[in-house]
Amino acid sequence: MRIKPTLLIVSALASALFSAVSAMASEVNIYSARQEELIKPLLDDFTKDTGIKVNLITGKPDELISRLASEGRNSPADVLISTDVGRLYRAKTQGVLQSIESEKLNTAIPAELRDPAGQWYGLTMRARPIMYVPGKVSPQELSTYADLASPKWRGRICIRSSDNIYNQSMVAGLIAHEGVAAAEQWVKGLVANFARPPRGGDRDQISAAASGVCDIAIANTYYLGGMLADSEQRATAEKVKVFWPDQAGNGVHVNISGAGVAAYAPNKANAVRLLEYMVTEQAQQWYAEQNHEYPVVQGVQASELLQSFGDFKADQLNLDKLGELNGEAIRVMDRAGWR
Amino acid sequence: MLPFKVDIWRWSVLIPALLLAMPVLVVFGSVFSPDIEVWRHLRQTVLADYIVNSLVLALGTGMGTLAIGTGAAWLVSQYQFVGRRVLQWLLLLPLAMPAYIIAYTYTGMLDFAGPVQSGLRAYFGWAYGDYWFPEIRSLGGAILMLSLVLYPYVYMLARSAFREQSASMLEASRTLGFSPRQHFWKVALPLARPALLTGVALAMMEAFADYGTVQYFGVATFTTGIFRTWFGMGSQEGAAQLAALLSSFVLVLLVLEQWSRRKIRYFFQGQRQQISALRPLTPGRQVLVALLCLLPVLFGFIIPAIQLASWALPNWLTLLTADFGRLIWNSFSLAALAAIVSVMLALLFGYASRLRRDPLVRLPVRLAALGYAIPGTVIAIGVMLPLAWLDRNIDLLAEQWFDIRTGLLLSGTLFALLLAYSVRFLAVSLHSVEAGLERIKPSMDNAARSLGASPLQVLRRVHVPLLRGSVLTALMLVFVDVLKELPATLILRPFNFNTLAVRTYELASDERLADAALPALAIVCVSIIPVILLSRTLDNSRGS
Repeated sequence: MRIKPTLLIVSALASALFSAVSAMASEVNIYSARQEELIKPLLDDFTKDTGIKVNLITGKPDELISRLASEGRNSPADVLISTDVGRLYRAKTQGVLQSIESEKLNTAIPAELRDPAGQWYGLTMRARPIMYVPGKVSPQELSTYADLASPKWRGRICIRSSDNIYNQSMVAGLIAHEGVAAAEQWVKGLVANFARPPRGGDRDQISAAASGVCDIAIANTYYLGGMLADSEQRATAEKVKVFWPDQAGNGVHVNISGAGVAAYAPNKANAVRLLEYMVTEQAQQWYAEQNHEYPVVQGVQASELLQSFGDFKADQLNLDKLGELNGEAIRVMDRAGWR
Repeated sequence: MLPFKVDIWRWSVLIPALLLAMPVLVVFGSVFSPDIEVWRHLRQTVLADYIVNSLVLALGTGMGTLAIGTGAAWLVSQYQFVGRRVLQWLLLLPLAMPAYIIAYTYTGMLDFAGPVQSGLRAYFGWAYGDYWFPEIRSLGGAILMLSLVLYPYVYMLARSAFREQSASMLEASRTLGFSPRQHFWKVALPLARPALLTGVALAMMEAFADYGTVQYFGVATFTTGIFRTWFGMGSQEGAAQLAALLSSFVLVLLVLEQWSRRKIRYFFQGQRQQISALRPLTPGRQVLVALLCLLPVLFGFIIPAIQLASWALPNWLTLLTADFGRLIWNSFSLAALAAIVSVMLALLFGYASRLRRDPLVRLPVRLAALGYAIPGTVIAIGVMLPLAWLDRNIDLLAEQWFDIRTGLLLSGTLFALLLAYSVRFLAVSLHSVEAGLERIKPSMDNAARSLGASPLQVLRRVHVPLLRGSVLTALMLVFVDVLKELPATLILRPFNFNTLAVRTYELASDERLADAALPALAIVCVSIIPVILLSRTLDNSRGS
């Protein structure tokens, strides 16, 4: 019969694919929005130090949260790792995280970078400053985010689409400080100053500024760091400089990557242990440096590359607020025509 | 016929079809509890953009694929020219190129900071604003990208259709005084219409469902809107309303496609007539035609592949980690398994629709095939919700009755993933299989039966040989589609299970295009194998 070899192939494939993860006495399961490469070595170290095996899936944050929510009490997940606070807040409101008490985490992480209820904790920090092209813009001309809406910047600003969570969080921060009406006014002014319709990611905005499309780009620090560390993109990235806005006021807008313990974590103790491991000095150093981010723990030095951007005052707003106002921020951007 | 036989066909279709339709239905279910506030906001601000952009994208892609696919198929099937044999399978290669990857590579090349524009500026001494250059990251750019990788759907079907037109057809139109050009427009093209429309419909559905390209290009369409509304604004109902509206466009498309084929049922003759010989060309024209056919291959495959290779080359050793072989094996075996499942379902549905022409069979099948136009993420979540619900209840019952926890039986395994693929790609396999079945006239069944063959013998000796080409085509197409598929794989895969597409996405999403080039190239290479097999299948089906 013709069918037999097909059957054989199917069953061989099926058995290879369905072979489950071997159960170990001590393990911890992670749903991670942070990509494997930026976390796996740290997890391997954790396993080496503690003997706890780590199982990992990575994915987009929103889908991981949906998966957690639908799995409910059957979910194998112990830890959810996200690359921005907006998603951690979503996870929290969907009830897929639980509050934990940890003296170690509370002392290590500044209060504004963790959830007041202990459901999520910031592990690394990044800022979203203004990046300008020296020669076309002098730092004296720059002052605040608010100023970017003034007509003198007409046709000079590059920033990515409002689909991106970092822009949503930035506008949410503005709403928290100034209210909806002022934020909408600002977004309208900013949109009027766009050098081109938003497209591409943060790195694209930086290269656009470097190659003359615009004079100012708004982008996260780690993208600039990543470009400077990349031999092919370094020359481009060196054409822009970082300006820290709002230093006399609220401080520069920041975001975090962070984690929380899943609501039905089967290995809760291991999960807490993993989070605590991530705020130890050596872990912080590695974890932050891998992606050119700032460590959240006081006293741990940022990488030399980041130090070259200079010191800055960060916005002290509790980041939970950014998640809360995310939906409002999207409405504001829709109305103001930021696509 | 015994009455219970009717029921067997019905139920054997109804149950799997409803299972496949379930994810789509689950998502649409929330339409009945609409989020009026969000809907009002969408209508006042962005909805018009979504509708216009999605329609323009789909129509543009439809026209682009129609022009490229039909043109190439006509030249390859009618004329004798240098390199024709090679070109006829080279033209299929863009199938192996995922749309989001071609979008990344062309952006890298044509962007303001890319080599093309930098070179022009350096050569002519221009600066920004001195010259006009088409913007690749735009709606037009997205149409171009999608047309370049989707035209093989039209090409494949058009090529077979043109080949089946017999020599007597051409002679007849000649005797009526038609020039070759008139023959193409007035005879060949209308005769091939059903095949062309099927190809265009597939391409348009892909365009409707595309997320990666439009998101990267900053074009606001239904798919980006669904994500934004669902996750950004936290309104699943609002997102479902958008998804429902998107699907209604697709439904219209499907109805039109079916309607256009209404009269051509069993049009094709079972026995092959004499196939028209390839027409010779002067050497000069041969080169011209060959170059013309090379264009889509060049832009849809060769140039992006070279760009990927040049990105991957400098540091391929550091990127080629130990688990790379594992990635390839995972991708390959998953795609193979999904292709087999999908084609078996298509055969079941195809035969049921053939044997039972009643709406209770046909409607569920149409419904199940809707998934092709729904973005992968929406399907993934539509699969996840009911499976997790089942898991929860099985778990609860097992705990109550036997005091054991069963945990995640379905949603944490590859079953969920295979279900999602089947939902997403059934349309592809079904189209191929149905097209194959349409060519087997019922009178052939009757003839075989009257010659004393049992139904099984009819199946084995008439249907299997005649269907082999279509089934292989369906297998290969689904295989390549699954290999490229990203969103559903990303969200539904089990622990510690990675594929090439996942690895590509992780690197590309971090805007590390150069590092993403190696896994992307691997996807392309693995896809080439079935594409070449596919081409051979198409060739063989001609001779048999």
